[in-house]
Amino acid sequence: MDLTQLTLVELRDAIAGGKASAVEATRAYLDRIEKLDPELHCYHAVLADRAMEKAKAVDAGAFRGKPLAGVPLALKDVLCTDYGTTTCGSKMLEHYRSPFTATAVKKLEQAGAVILGKTNMDEFAMGSSTENSAFGVTKNPWDRSRVPGGSSGGSAAAMAAGLCAGALGTDTGGSIRQPAAYCGIVGFKPTYGRISRWGLVAFASSLDQIGPFARTVDDAALLLQVMAGHDPLDSTSADVAVPDYLAQIQRLSDKPLRIALGKQYLSDQNDPAVNDAVRKAVEIFRGMGAEVVEIDMPHTAYGIPTYYLVATAEASSNLARYDGVHYGHRAKDAEDLVDLYAASRAEGFGQEVQRRIMLGAYALSSGYYDAYYLRALKVRRLIKNDFDAAFAQADVLMCPTTTGPAFKIGDKADDPLAMYLNDVYTVNVNLSGLPGISLPGGFSRAGDGGGQLPIGMQFIGPAFEEARLLRVARLYEQATGYYRQRPVL
Amino acid sequence: MAMSHRITDAEVRHVAQLARLKLTDDQVHHHAQQLSAILTYVSKLNELDVSNVEPMAHAVDMSNVLRPDEPQPGLPNDAVLANAPDAEPPFFKVIKVLGEGSGA
Repeated sequence: MDLTQLTLVELRDAIAGGKASAVEATRAYLDRIEKLDPELHCYHAVLADRAMEKAKAVDAGAFRGKPLAGVPLALKDVLCTDYGTTTCGSKMLEHYRSPFTATAVKKLEQAGAVILGKTNMDEFAMGSSTENSAFGVTKNPWDRSRVPGGSSGGSAAAMAAGLCAGALGTDTGGSIRQPAAYCGIVGFKPTYGRISRWGLVAFASSLDQIGPFARTVDDAALLLQVMAGHDPLDSTSADVAVPDYLAQIQRLSDKPLRIALGKQYLSDQNDPAVNDAVRKAVEIFRGMGAEVVEIDMPHTAYGIPTYYLVATAEASSNLARYDGVHYGHRAKDAEDLVDLYAASRAEGFGQEVQRRIMLGAYALSSGYYDAYYLRALKVRRLIKNDFDAAFAQADVLMCPTTTGPAFKIGDKADDPLAMYLNDVYTVNVNLSGLPGISLPGGFSRAGDGGGQLPIGMQFIGPAFEEARLLRVARLYEQATGYYRQRPVL
Repeated sequence: MAMSHRITDAEVRHVAQLARLKLTDDQVHHHAQQLSAILTYVSKLNELDVSNVEPMAHAVDMSNVLRPDEPQPGLPNDAVLANAPDAEPPFFKVIKVLGEGSGA
């Protein structure tokens, strides 16, 4: 039995049932990482010794009966851990060792999870390709000339390549769902506030959310189950009861399902395979007796400009804390204190991070605040209203995750605007605080090389209706079976 | 209609000062071009009438979130200083702040 090919739930059950040990599972993943990761570069740091210690503790019975006992996971390197470094893909934090561990990570560890390491990412989670990492690019396991998506590209690629049984990412504008689509796996952003953000290094605080990568919807539901809930350390975490997700998503509703499809989503800008996948999904749901209604989402195209004003404004404020004094990079030979700040930040931050700080600072600056930032906040409400109207007519919304499959490494690296436009189907979900999930939606033949490239199908639900959302996603997953296909490595 | 929005090198320098980023002349020019392109694009938002729309700063409506006002231990001083580029316990150490060019 190759333990690295099991789903998370299968592996968990194998370990709990004594068919495999946590040490065997952890060793199998570490061996696979050693073999494949030098080429793919999913991990920024592999914490092998610590992982083996934890696995031994699990096998000694320390986590008996816990929901993730012995399951090896990967963490995006934006999540603080009081072991190893937490770099955020930035030279600014290259040597930063957090004095605390993020609540979400702590919950996973208390549930018996084995942390394999920290994964590569776009610097401070700003990007859609993982090319903005200060520590080199991650390659897409389906085609190594292509990006894995971003910003959680390392976690997504590790999941797709079988270098972990589950992984954490963070999603501010699509940074879990887009790389999940590009890598052919499940990527799930829960409702804003469902999982504590304490210990998540902030990018845009009204949008950031932690979520899981997994092979299946059930695996994602299990990870959500462990992480969800109110945290006194995060005042924006929701004090809303956490249901039994795994039980609820397997229960079928007595009422016929109603699925909404925005008429703006079947666009000419999409790769033909994306539009085919959407049409096929409509057939699948109708075949189950569901009602599929076409609805108008008139503000879809305003999401990108709104997002890139709101997110950068919040980022320019959040990233003001990197001053070269308390932690992080400090420039040498500064003339005075202001010069120390400015030089440390110019040396420590990469180009995209500096661009976003500049854009955000401009949008918030005197004379421009009303024209840019305040206007964006108003359009944000119009975007949210589109979703409210949709959920008055339907249980969940169906939408492509991206316009096409993964692009080539380097293709959009010099054109920030082209990179931003990539997020058209994901940002509105963050602006509205809703839960969204991307799962394997089929494949596109992208020409050169002739290989298959995965594309994603996205489902969006009302706030705190994760169980409903995951139930629908699971129906689609079971009907299509795309999740069984893995890249050849 | 999207309007062309040109941002000048002087404006870039002003914003860089606000953002505490030390830019070279080349970088200033590069930012001016890229920010102009992005701001022209985001002016798409001017197509919409938002005169009667309440701004939405946050996706989840929340009133004040309070907790009991009870003292809790903070991080120990050595843990706080462990990541400092320069320190003289129990303090962070910086270059001379007072006097000419302090920016204070």
